[in-house]
Amino acid sequence: MAVPEPFTGVTSSSPVRHHILSVLVENKAGVLARIAGLFARRGFNIYSLAVAPADDSQRFSRITIVVDAESAPLDQIRGQLNKLINVVEIKDLAPREALERELLLATVEVDDETRQAVLDAVAQANAAIVDVNDTSVTLMLAGTPAACDALERQLEAFAQIELHRTGRVALPRLSSEPTRN
Amino acid sequence: MQLTGAQALIKSLEQMGVDTIFGLPGGAILPVYDPLIDSSIRHILVRHEQGAGHMAEGYAMATGRPGVAMVTSGPGATNIVTPIANAHMDSTPLVVITGQVPTANIGTDAFQECDITGITMGITKHNFLVTSAQEIPRVVAAAFYIATTGRPGPVLIDVPKDVTQAMMEWWWPETIEDLDLPGYHPESEVDASLIEAAASLIAAAERPLLYVGGGVLKSRASAELLAFAERTNIPVVTTLMARGAFPDSHRLHLGMPGMHGMYAAVTAMQQSDLLITLGARFDDRVTGRLDGFAPHAKIIHADIDAAEFNKIRQADVAIRGQIKDTLIALDAATKHIGDIAPWWQTIDAWRDEFPLAYDPQDPAAQLRPQAIIEAIAARSKPGTIVTSGVGQHQMWAAQHWQYEIPGTWINSGGAGTMGFGVPAAIGAKVGHPDRTVWCIDGDGCFQMTAQELVTARAEGIPIKVAILNNAYLGMVRQWQEMFYEERYSEVYLSPDLPDYVKWAESMGCVGLRARTMEEAIAAIDLANTINDVPVVIDFRTDASEKVFPMVPSGATNDDILVHPSQRGA
Repeated sequence: MAVPEPFTGVTSSSPVRHHILSVLVENKAGVLARIAGLFARRGFNIYSLAVAPADDSQRFSRITIVVDAESAPLDQIRGQLNKLINVVEIKDLAPREALERELLLATVEVDDETRQAVLDAVAQANAAIVDVNDTSVTLMLAGTPAACDALERQLEAFAQIELHRTGRVALPRLSSEPTRN
Repeated sequence: MQLTGAQALIKSLEQMGVDTIFGLPGGAILPVYDPLIDSSIRHILVRHEQGAGHMAEGYAMATGRPGVAMVTSGPGATNIVTPIANAHMDSTPLVVITGQVPTANIGTDAFQECDITGITMGITKHNFLVTSAQEIPRVVAAAFYIATTGRPGPVLIDVPKDVTQAMMEWWWPETIEDLDLPGYHPESEVDASLIEAAASLIAAAERPLLYVGGGVLKSRASAELLAFAERTNIPVVTTLMARGAFPDSHRLHLGMPGMHGMYAAVTAMQQSDLLITLGARFDDRVTGRLDGFAPHAKIIHADIDAAEFNKIRQADVAIRGQIKDTLIALDAATKHIGDIAPWWQTIDAWRDEFPLAYDPQDPAAQLRPQAIIEAIAARSKPGTIVTSGVGQHQMWAAQHWQYEIPGTWINSGGAGTMGFGVPAAIGAKVGHPDRTVWCIDGDGCFQMTAQELVTARAEGIPIKVAILNNAYLGMVRQWQEMFYEERYSEVYLSPDLPDYVKWAESMGCVGLRARTMEEAIAAIDLANTINDVPVVIDFRTDASEKVFPMVPSGATNDDILVHPSQRGA
């Protein structure tokens, strides 16, 4: 049996067999460490992870974890996660059943020659300019992971100062029809 | 009623029915030791915190009630990490209370500060850092609830010193809802359709086998197992963690499977067409090389922990729930059994051909460790509890003692913690003061935790310790002999250094030594007459003795090595 690679942080490799786990947890100190620690010691790989409060009372948080389902069978990951006392509920979503979105923020250097090309790329991707100064532009895209990937590749042509992505959040699709991106 | 956090902690433990705490005080836990003076709870002052943890484990494994240990912050807490890991591996219910530096000092590298909740995150079922005195009753009740329900395990409560010094208004959680555990649903009803599916597999099987693990003991399902096995006539194997779950003397019992299992038990697993797995987890010490393990067997897997299903071996039917409930339902649903008479003929032939064997004791030669264990067993009352350390002596104690009653065999299975035996025996004796408790120990293990005999003497806990002194780290020596061309590397310990008799005597125990079988019998008989102080017997055993049968590491169970006297020409 192949030994799974230990978790070494959020990996940036291209998605292979990703699965999305939407995990409702008690909003208590150390819960994220419990989840990260579990993934590390069981050899499950995390592709991306996003955390935010899940209700007004601040009692719960939702952690959206994109897991590499090749590193371990999904029911194993779910089963072990379920054993964490602070984990309240786990929903898993296969990629084709999920409506996934993430946010990309990037600051790109511009000069007179490149400014228009950057603006074109922003327009084409349905991204938005959120900040500018004389030498750079900060842009934002809220979109599918594929759209973020595409924009990221396009921006490689320019001198980037910084590019951050949030990792994705997801909900089940309401319809079986492909949804508008 | 206004109480300090410390008073609330002790009162909460009383509320949970705790009768004994194994512990050792220090700065951060000091406030809690003050109200302890006025409590009905017995505190056993250990000489090292590891001892407190293993004692609590021994107490829990002997009684089925959670063991409780209390230590201070920093090194006190790190010293109990090994027992916590051990309890986690063997699913032993434990509540460990650690002092912590005051809340304001957490994160400042204060004196005796360490992040014990961080350290134990992966080796506890759950842990708590208490941040307010008002929360203490809830946390204590939740810790016991978590430790003892579902798959049992260790729970740690880390209490900062300012929290135990603060005032709180006493209250007690009356319901499960008060525990505020929205994510914890430990119990599960057995699914009737899965029981039917399992019964169908049983009806169709020609070579079924009951693969019994420690979960049967945890679920207190021995009576139900006996009833089911006797009605169906299906053979039984009990793993190292399940010794005592089914009577060793029973005709249906093939003994222990695994690396040092009985030939019939190991081989029956290999050739079975249906493993009815009850509270067992396909540990590598049982399966041997996994791709060659029980290749023809369908798997029924019953466990309270759903995460065990398909972890190692894919199950055909996986039944989540208490083993006791599963066995009751399975017994009711199993109407037909296949003709398993040919299977029994095969098994009986294995039993006849390859019983447990060792070379007979030559009166003039050094003692055979197996003969010592059998002699102690023959001179012990039913219900005698046996604990052990880890190594050759542990395997011989698992093989050569007949376990008839649940809770009479206490050892470190999953973690393999050397030094477990003496403190575990002390804990078991505290839990069952009316029973005789023998620790079958190795000389290597004994040296790791023997100082707890001071605790045993001081607290009036008269255990008996049989050191099988072969002057070696025997199991490592066996591997070096068999797999490293007899190149013995760092395994020799000396039979005389330390002098175990003098050491025992210096700890207030009776120390005896036996070099011959005659001396051994006399020492055992004398030990059995001493019921006020601990007894230690230094049995000088033959270092060349090896544990058989043996499945070599990395081999499949088909490659089991029986005792040399049983190997064909």
